Order: sequence, then structure tokens, then C-alpha cells
Amino acid sequence: MLAFLLRRLVSGVALVFVTATVTFFLTGMTGSDPARRILGPTATLAEVSAKRTELGLDRPLPQRYLDWLGGTLHGDLGMSWFTNQPVTTLVADALPVTMSIVVSAIVLTALLSIVLGVVAAVRGGWVDSSLQVLSVVGFAIPNFLVGLLLSVVFAVQLGLFPAIGYTPFAESPAGWVSSLTLPAIALAVGAVATVSTQTRGSLLDVLDRDYIRTLRSRGLPARSILLKHALRNAAPASLTVLSLQFIALISGAVVIEKVFGLNGIGERATSAAGQGDVPLVLGVVLLVVTLVVIVNLLADLLLGWLNPKVRIA
Amino acid sequence: MTDDKLLEVDGVAVDYPGKGWRARPHRVLHEVSLDVRRGETVGLVGESGSGKTTLGRAVLGLVPVATGEIRFDGRVVSGLDRRERRALSSEIQVVFQDPYTSLNPAMTVADILAEPLAVSGVEQVRARARVQDLLDAVHLPADAGRRLPREFSGGQRQRIAIARALCREPRLIVCDEPVSALDLSTQARVLDLFIEIQERTGVAYLFVSHDLAVVRHISHRVAVMYRGELVETGDAATVTSTPEHPYTQRLLLASPVPDPEAQALRRTQRREAAAKAAQAGVGA
Amino acid sequence: MKRLLRDPLAVVSLGWLLIVVATAILAPLLTSQSPTGSSITNALAPMGGEHLLGTDGVGRDVFAQLVFGARTSLVGALIVVVVSLVVGLPAGLVAGFYRGWFDGVASWVASLLMAQPAIIILLVVLTQVGRNTALAMLVFGFVIAPGVFRLVRSSVIAVREELFVDAARVSGLSDPRIVRRHILPVVVAPTMIQMSQVLGIAIVVQAGLEFLGLGSANQASWGGMLNDSFQNIYTAPELLLWPGLVIVLTVTACALLGNALRDGLGTGPAPARPRARARRRDGRRVSGPSAPRPAVAPADDDALVRIEDLVVSYPSGTEDRQVVRGVSLSVRRGEVLGLVGESGSGKSQTAFSILGLLPRQARMSAGLIRFDDVDLSAISESARNRLRGSRIGYIPQEPMSNLDPSFRIGHQLVEPMRHNLGMSRPQARDEALRLLARVGIHEPERVFEAYPHQISGGMAQRVLIAGAVSCDPDLLIADEPTTALDVTVQAEVLDLIRELQQERRMAVLLVTHNFGVVADICDSVAVMRDGRIVEQAPVDRLFAEPRDDYTRMLLDSSLEGAPARESLVPMIGGTR
Repeated sequence: MLAFLLRRLVSGVALVFVTATVTFFLTGMTGSDPARRILGPTATLAEVSAKRTELGLDRPLPQRYLDWLGGTLHGDLGMSWFTNQPVTTLVADALPVTMSIVVSAIVLTALLSIVLGVVAAVRGGWVDSSLQVLSVVGFAIPNFLVGLLLSVVFAVQLGLFPAIGYTPFAESPAGWVSSLTLPAIALAVGAVATVSTQTRGSLLDVLDRDYIRTLRSRGLPARSILLKHALRNAAPASLTVLSLQFIALISGAVVIEKVFGLNGIGERATSAAGQGDVPLVLGVVLLVVTLVVIVNLLADLLLGWLNPKVRIA
Repeated sequence: MTDDKLLEVDGVAVDYPGKGWRARPHRVLHEVSLDVRRGETVGLVGESGSGKTTLGRAVLGLVPVATGEIRFDGRVVSGLDRRERRALSSEIQVVFQDPYTSLNPAMTVADILAEPLAVSGVEQVRARARVQDLLDAVHLPADAGRRLPREFSGGQRQRIAIARALCREPRLIVCDEPVSALDLSTQARVLDLFIEIQERTGVAYLFVSHDLAVVRHISHRVAVMYRGELVETGDAATVTSTPEHPYTQRLLLASPVPDPEAQALRRTQRREAAAKAAQAGVGA
Repeated sequence: MKRLLRDPLAVVSLGWLLIVVATAILAPLLTSQSPTGSSITNALAPMGGEHLLGTDGVGRDVFAQLVFGARTSLVGALIVVVVSLVVGLPAGLVAGFYRGWFDGVASWVASLLMAQPAIIILLVVLTQVGRNTALAMLVFGFVIAPGVFRLVRSSVIAVREELFVDAARVSGLSDPRIVRRHILPVVVAPTMIQMSQVLGIAIVVQAGLEFLGLGSANQASWGGMLNDSFQNIYTAPELLLWPGLVIVLTVTACALLGNALRDGLGTGPAPARPRARARRRDGRRVSGPSAPRPAVAPADDDALVRIEDLVVSYPSGTEDRQVVRGVSLSVRRGEVLGLVGESGSGKSQTAFSILGLLPRQARMSAGLIRFDDVDLSAISESARNRLRGSRIGYIPQEPMSNLDPSFRIGHQLVEPMRHNLGMSRPQARDEALRLLARVGIHEPERVFEAYPHQISGGMAQRVLIAGAVSCDPDLLIADEPTTALDVTVQAEVLDLIRELQQERRMAVLLVTHNFGVVADICDSVAVMRDGRIVEQAPVDRLFAEPRDDYTRMLLDSSLEGAPARESLVPMIGGTR
């Protein structure tokens, strides 16, 4: 188990490194001159040249890469080209916003999916049919459209929630919850559809297994067979899908943040991409990949704990 | 060496790659030697994990040989590359255990039977005639060719698999537990078909099975495998009724006889043998 | 395909997609308005008149934007589908078929790409090239290709394991030919299903980029329309309606088409076939009817189980398919009754009827089904559950698949004893250890702590036997208990069952196809064929003078005791 986790940790670090490197060289080989873009068409050649030197763009790419890597290892991601703020600060300020909505969406997804999946698998009937409709609808409605609709109805028309903006938890816990509710729901709809369909499927599969019949032949009550044995064996498949959904939710958050005017990682990424702010883009990529690696490690840990074959090996 | 030996397996060992990264390979077959003569059936008997199926697959070229060599008709056939191996396909054929997965469920029986012919460049009209002959040879109805494998029972599917093996008139067929998945009454009929075909065409069989009674019924000679090694070889009657090796004796005494009195006797003998073995410290 | 056209949802979905495609192609003919021509004076014009669906916040015609937006969406989606197929399909085929280093590298790259949120990759690319929808979709094709790669690879690996691929290789087929004839057809169905989903995902992702304002400038698009409606969300929220509707309808159509394809083509990587087991297993196939033969069990006061006229059927199409057709039998206390028959004879179904563990779809009726003095057809499910385990034990066929892989063996033994007998945890633990020792396990402590994957099949079967007798049942139902075992292990397991039966004076109903097993352990035998009992007799009588033709045929097919084949040529070397 320990060896397994160590292996995953090493491959996770490798993933972060490779992604950061590839991204650096991709963004470094830009065609247009960033200094000119920053200063605008009116700047003189001398000004542009000075800016290039200031940004270090006059040095060869491999050298810039080593500098950046060295800085990164010390927690310094450089300065944003357009806002003149340290990338580390920009990213660190945005992180709580994005994590708040993504984590609430994940928790919401996990809870709803277990309940929906179990009820649909065991009871069948209308719950099962509704889940099947949900799985199509959840796939078909883009989450930002869900966000827009929620915003129109609950924020603009009914005024129950703020339409835009983020309230930090430290400032007002109630305001925090209220500012998160709509974005988290908008994000979770698609994920709930996917994960609960998966839970239903793997639970039905497990309930058909021979050992479930043997457990029944031992006289154990149906409820304990379902909640203990069947759910335990169906969990790994659902958990795997849930951890994949985390990656999808980060993608979704980028768009959702725009809908609800949240200054999160996604907003940073969008504006950096629009302006061509390379250091900020690199910072965002590094942060997101690190998050993904951490979540995957957590999922591996849980999966290993659930699966004796991994745990004992 | 007399030249009536069709297949010679000479000191063959097979390794399976270990599980996981940098794992050491795992030896499943330890230097086995065996031969099959023209027109002969050699039964290969053993329990699960004995390596009998692996030996069959090595002869077919489906698993690589670690040491030793396999000769067919005097020519070394182990370690051939894919192209050279393909040239052997008209000589060595196979019938597998599972009649459900050994036939492609999406193809009609005629297509399945014609496939090996197409490889050897037989034209369509002649191939179609050959398919009819093959169906006839395995006693399937003439219209069977138009149907899909799933429309046939297990025994009939195994007949189709036999027909496919016969397609290019091979000199050796490796039979890997070909009747183990069949019902008792079907089993006997399929075995009789194997014998009938052998008497007509002179094909040799390497017949792999876990069942002593089956092997005894079809084999001229029998080889017994245990934990990757060949422990006993001899003519069928001797090995299956008065075996020399303690493992073969154990195997024989463990096989139940469908006769209550005879079985009661065999059970007593088995217990005495087990007690003796336990006393001698050889142990199970 | 025909089946697809019979599915109304599929027809509607296909119809809608055709409309979208036609709209995209014929866009300039459908509207005279320019989709990009804006005029501030004409902003937010109402529906009707010159502008069929009104205008947006900067005065662009909504209908024209919808129509030309279809073009943008479809072109983008098409790029994604083509790129992901061109990259993923061949890579998946090669990696799955040859494995080796290419598989290693390709799988690693795939997992690398799959760990990245798609939008982040697209943003990085757009940082470089500026707003360009087509290029973004091209990149997205690469981003989603690992999904195609993985699906194709796993389908290929699954078929490659099938024996028919080995058979094709032995037949002399070259690798490209094997791939074309045996592998590719199996990959096509799941890939088509996936492509219908990729189509939908591509439309959503593209709309998302355009909504963020990162789509190509001066190009009508559905996502761009949503962006505009977002700007005017307080003044004209109704602008959300049209682009939202077409996106949802189009993507829903893709999803439904995918579902219809799945139902029509089947999803499994391998083609559908009966679950094949290592050796044998009851199918539920019923062949032609045989002459009905009354085989009424004699009324017997010492009977522990009495069944009369048991019928088990499964719904199949419009009719019910009977697998047990009027079985009557009784098991006396302390008797070992063998229930013999070939596959599909209904013997296992009969046994499961007594346990009340038939599959959910099964329908069962019986003139009489009594256990001891309980009428099993009259009691509730929970009352029946109380009989199971404590009074009726069950030994299954396949040892490995009948232990829960996630729980320790000890736990699986302790749980029923605590529930049925009300034992405390230490009591149950002691009893479980005692049982494990009793069934011939040398290190009960170690096995108690072990997980099922850590023990051998023979040992697992002993554990299951320990579990079956743990609550001291009066009746043991054993369904082919030794069929999956090697013959030397089978002999030991039969000895164990016999000893336990005599020690505890249990009745045993033993389902088997093997007359050797019957001769070894049974007191009496019932022979089944096509859902009926053709003959029931004490074991000595049945083997000595079988009365039914079918029984006689079965006994005659036995190879045991028949003369061996002669050696082909006089032995030269003998034993090597």
C-alpha cells in the first residue's frame, strides 16, 4: 500500500513537472512581441526594448525556463505582465473562491449521487426513470446555461441570492453560503447526473454477484447486505468517476465564475489568456495541475483503503 | 530417432512475465520432453496449474519458449517469427475448450470455416464446396453454414471448431480441453467424432484434459503433468489403470466412479493411500 | 440500423440533427439578414417584422445568428470528432493489439492529458494564438482523443483475449487481417456511441469558449449569443431562450442517439454471449418438450422437504419460458439426495426455489412446498430469511466468486452467527475458528484474518462449507459444490461434506451433473431432464437397474471403466 502510494506520488510530481515544462515552452515560443503588446502601439522602439530587458525576454528560452523553475521552487512565480502584481498573490487570492464552489459542488454531488443511485437501483420505479432523464439532461445542458437560468430566476427575478460576487467566509459565513449556493448547484447538476448513473449501474452489477446471493443464503437482513456489502463493493467505481468529475468541475468553474462574477482562478485564467499574460497563465496551470494531482492522490488513498488487494499488496 | 515422430518437444521451459514492474518472470513449465507420432493421440493430463495448457500453447506458437526446442516433422518450429509461423498453419491446428469464445459470434459458420482457406488463397467457389464437405465430415446439417454460432448448442459449436481445425488438412491438432464444457452425453459423441476423423485422415492429436477417463478413451499414450513437470508417460491403459507415479495414483483414486460399490472401494483405497503417504511424510 | 429506426426517441433525435445540418448548409438561403451586421439604433428589437426573432443588444438579427451559428457549431464539432478519431482510434488499436512499449508510452501520454482540465489547455493555447474557434476545437480534438484511445484500447484488449483471435492466429491469418476481420468490428459499436457523446461535448465546450468571449471575432455563434444575452440579463433575459434552446436540443439529440445506439448495438467490448464459466454451469435453456412422466414423490412422514408440482418460469418475450415444469420430490431427514441432470435441466432452479433465492425475474408456483412443518409459499420474505442460514444452509458452485472480496473471511463467518444465533463477537470468533479447523484448514487464525483473494479455490470452498453449516442447519443445499475444483480437491471436499452430514445428521440436497459424485455420496437420486424428474430411486437401485431410457443413456455415456485405446505402435521407450 505504501509502495503503491509512493509510486502514485512520484508520478503525480512528474505530471506537474512535465505539464509546467510543456506549458512554459509553448507559451515561450510566442510569435508576437509581448513587450509591444503590453506597451501598446504608441510606445517607442526604445521603450519596447527596455521593457523586453525588464521582463527578461531578451535572454534565451532555456535560461528563462531555469530561472522560472528556480523561482517556482521557492514559491515565486514572477510578476504578472499586465497588473504588475506577483502571480503568487494573484493566484493565492483567487484560490479560496474557486475551491469554495468546486468543493461544495463535489460534496453536493457525492451526497446526492449516493442517495439517488441507491434508490434508483433498489427501488426502480419513478426514481429510476427520473434518474435516466436527469442523466441525459445533465449531459445536455451546459453548466453555464444552468447558471444563467438559476441567476435569472433566483437572483434577478426573485432576488433570493446575489447575482454576482463572492463573500469570504471570514467576513460573513451566511453571506459566504449565499454567494456559493447558485454557482455550486450549477456546477453540480452535470456531475450528479454522471456520478449517480454510475452508482446505480455499479450497484446493480454488484447486486447480481454470486456472493450477494450467498450472503442472502446465510440469513443476513437485506438492508445490511445492501448498505454494507453491496455499497462497499460498488464504491470504487463511483469514486473513480467522482475524482474524474473534479477535473471536469475545474473546467466548469472557469465559465461559472464569469456567470456569477466571481474573481476565482477561472476568471484569472480567462483574462490572462485574453491578454496574453504568460506568467499568470503559467501560475494558473501550475496551481490547477497540482490540485488535480492532490485530488487524485486522495482518491487513490481511498480506493486503496476500499480495495484489500491494493491495501495488502 | 525413428522418423515416425511428428512432434518432438525437447526440454521445453516456459516463463510467464511477473506481475508488476520489474517483477521476475515466473516459470510455469520446467523442461518438458514429449513426442507425438504420426496418426497418434497423446493425452496430456493434469490439474489446474499443472502447465498442460501452456505446453499446448507453446506447441501452437502462442507462448514463447524460454529454453529447449519444439520440432515438427524434424524441423525446429519454436522461436519462429510470425511470418514463418503462419506458414505452419496448414500443418498444426487447434480446438479450444470453450465453444462460446472460440468462434467469433459476429461471423456465420461458413465464414468461420472459409477463413483459413482464404489465407491459403483458395478461390471462393472451391472454398464453398470445401465448407460443405467439412460440415458433412463433422455431421452438421448442410444449411448450418448460413447460421451464426449462437444458434448452436455447445456440442454443435465444438463440431464447428473441429471443422475449422480440419479445414486445411493438418497433420497435428492440439486439443485443449475440447470436451470439458460439454454435457456427459455430448462429450462421448464428440470424442467419438475425434476418433472417427483420426481413423479416416491419420491426423495426430495432442489432447489436453483434466479428466483421466476422457484421456483414457481417446489416447494411445498418456503423459501426466504436475506443477509444470512431466511425471509419467506411458501407454493409455497402463497410465490410467496401474500408474507408477504417486501423483498419478492419487489422481486416479480421486476420480469418482459412477458405481456406488466400486466407488466405495476406491474411496477406501484412497484413504489408505493418503494415510500411508502421511505416515511416510511425503504428504499431500 | 433498422432497430434504431424503430426507436421513436432515436428517430426524433436523428430528425433534429438532420434539421440542424440542413440549416447549417443552407444558412444563406434561410435568411436575408446578416448575422454580424450590428446597428445600435436597432438594438433589442422585438420579434416579428423584419427581424423574425428580434435583435440582440447590439442590433444583430437573432434568427440569422441562430442559423449561421449552427454552421459554426457543426464545423467545430466535426473538427473535434475527426481529430479525436484520427488520433485515438489507430493509437488505441495498436496499443491494445501489440501492447509493449507503444502501449506504455501512449497510455502514459493519455493519462497525462486526461489529468488536465480541458478548458485550461484551451486557454493556454488561446494565450498564444488569440481568439480562434477552429484552432481551439482542433486542440480540443487532441485533448479528448485519450478518451477514444482508452475505449478502443480496452475493447481491443478484451477481444484479443478471446479464443477466436487465438484460433485465427493459428489459422495463419496475418495481423492486419486479424485486426480487420475480428478486432475492428468489435470496436466500431462502442466508438460510434462515444462519438455521439463527443459531438455533444464539443458543442458545449465550444459554446463555453464563445461565452467567455474567446471565440473567433466576427463569427455568429450560439455561445456568442449567450454572451450577449448575459450582458443584457437585466434588460432582456428572454434573449437567453433561443441559443439556450438550440444548444440543449442539439446536445440532447446527440445524447439520446448515443443511448439508442447503445441499446441497439450493445455496449460490451466483447460481443454478447452467455457468461461462460470455466467448466460447466446451468444455462436456462429449455429444449423441446418430452413426454410428461408423472413422478410423484410418495407421501412420506419423515420428509424434511416436500415439493409438489413446482413450476419456475421466466418472462421471455410475450410468453413465459418454463425451466422447471412440475417437479415433485422430497428429502428425508438425514438423507443425501442427489439431483442430477445435464445443463438446462432445471436442477439448480429447483434447489434455489427451496432457498427462495431465484433471480428477481423468476416466477415460481408450487402445489406444495414445505420445509419441516412450514409452508414456504405462505410465509413472508422476512420469515423466509430467518430460515435461511439458520435452518437451511447453502454451498455454492464457484468458491472464489461467492466470497465478498472486500471483507475478511472471519468477518463473513462471524456476521451470520451473530445475527442468527445472537452470539457475542468473541463467542462467534471462537466458533468460527473452531469451524475453520473442522473443515480442514491448518491455520485457522491466518485464514480468519485473510481476504478471499489471499486463499486458494479449494480453501475458499472449505470456508464456504464452514459458513453453510455455521448455524447448524437441518438441510444443506449444495449446488455443484465440487464442479469448479480439481479432482483431488473434489475428493477431499466430498469427504468433508459426508463427515459433516453424518456428524450433524443433516439432510443434503446435492445438485450435480456427475454420476461419480452421486455414487460417492448420495443415498438416493432424482434424475432431471427438461424441467422434469424422470426417475427417483435409491442410489444402488438406480445404478444397478435404471428404469428410464434417459437415465440409462446418461449412465451409458460414462467413459469410466470403458477399455482404453490400444497403443498405436509397440512401445519403444516407455516412460521417459
